Amino acid sequence: MDKRSEMHRRERRRYVIGYGGSLLLTFAVFGIAYRFGIETKGVYLAISLLGLAQLIVQLVYFLHIDRRRSSREDLDLILFSTMVLLIIILGTVWIMGNLAVRMHTFPM
Amino acid sequence: MKRAPTHSYPGLNLGRRHASADKASEVVTFGFWVFLMSDLVYFGLMFAIYITMIDAQAGGPGPHELFDLKSIFAQTLILLTSSLTVGLAMLALKYNLPRWRIVFWFFVTLVLGLSFLVLEVRDFMSMAEKGGIPQRSGFLSAFYGLVPLHGLHVTAGCIWLIVLGIQLRIFGLTDLLMSRVVRLALFWHFLDLIWIGIITIVYFGGLTYG
Repeated sequence: MDKRSEMHRRERRRYVIGYGGSLLLTFAVFGIAYRFGIETKGVYLAISLLGLAQLIVQLVYFLHIDRRRSSREDLDLILFSTMVLLIIILGTVWIMGNLAVRMHTFPM
Repeated sequence: MKRAPTHSYPGLNLGRRHASADKASEVVTFGFWVFLMSDLVYFGLMFAIYITMIDAQAGGPGPHELFDLKSIFAQTLILLTSSLTVGLAMLALKYNLPRWRIVFWFFVTLVLGLSFLVLEVRDFMSMAEKGGIPQRSGFLSAFYGLVPLHGLHVTAGCIWLIVLGIQLRIFGLTDLLMSRVVRLALFWHFLDLIWIGIITIVYFGGLTYG
């Protein structure tokens, strides 16, 4: 009985840590945007890195995806989907950007 | 350290206490995860279109006139909190807390989900007032193809919460319903992940490059 309530506490703490971490990252992102404005690329780089960090925090603490052997398949699936996504997104941006430059609609 | 608890599908596992429901969840939850990943690819396509369309504003209103970061901030906090509450519902289920606790956390999640939708629709309405309608420019078409798609998913999640909450009250904690709660929690967490992509790429990306 005791062991069980301890497990409960531990797993609840995991959710709360994930929530706290995400909250912190969210405040950081909006704080940066508020403090420095959102015009420069450096600021945007910081914002996107914080966004990436938040994705990882939520994957680990909310979705319980980690590198333990038993959840490897789920992780494999995420990595494969991410690869497909990157091919689609980067490929589209590359081709369409190139096209825009050739059509002189997009100063580069 | 003792042996880690068995973990056989994404998300919080029901564990040995609910052995039969846990076993029943294994295959369907992995299947549901495959669905979520293909949904992710669909969202990815919409993101790709949005990125290529950022400059295609055709003289219409752009991100700086249309986006209201305060409202986006509020929506982000609401959705994040609802991700926590759906996790607490899962914990209540896993550790055999009284059934009303599960339904209570479902209710809180539902209220948060609905408040998110109200704020989002208000944003769309104020955008439309400023002339930001889908047919105005390629940029706006891409925006309205992506962000409301996420809203539609949240709406589906809210309906799912209502239906499952009622089913739980009527039928109690059957194996089938428990494994549905597992998938609903996954779905809800997944929507929060997509939302992070939306604030980073659609809102901040739009404001930086638009």
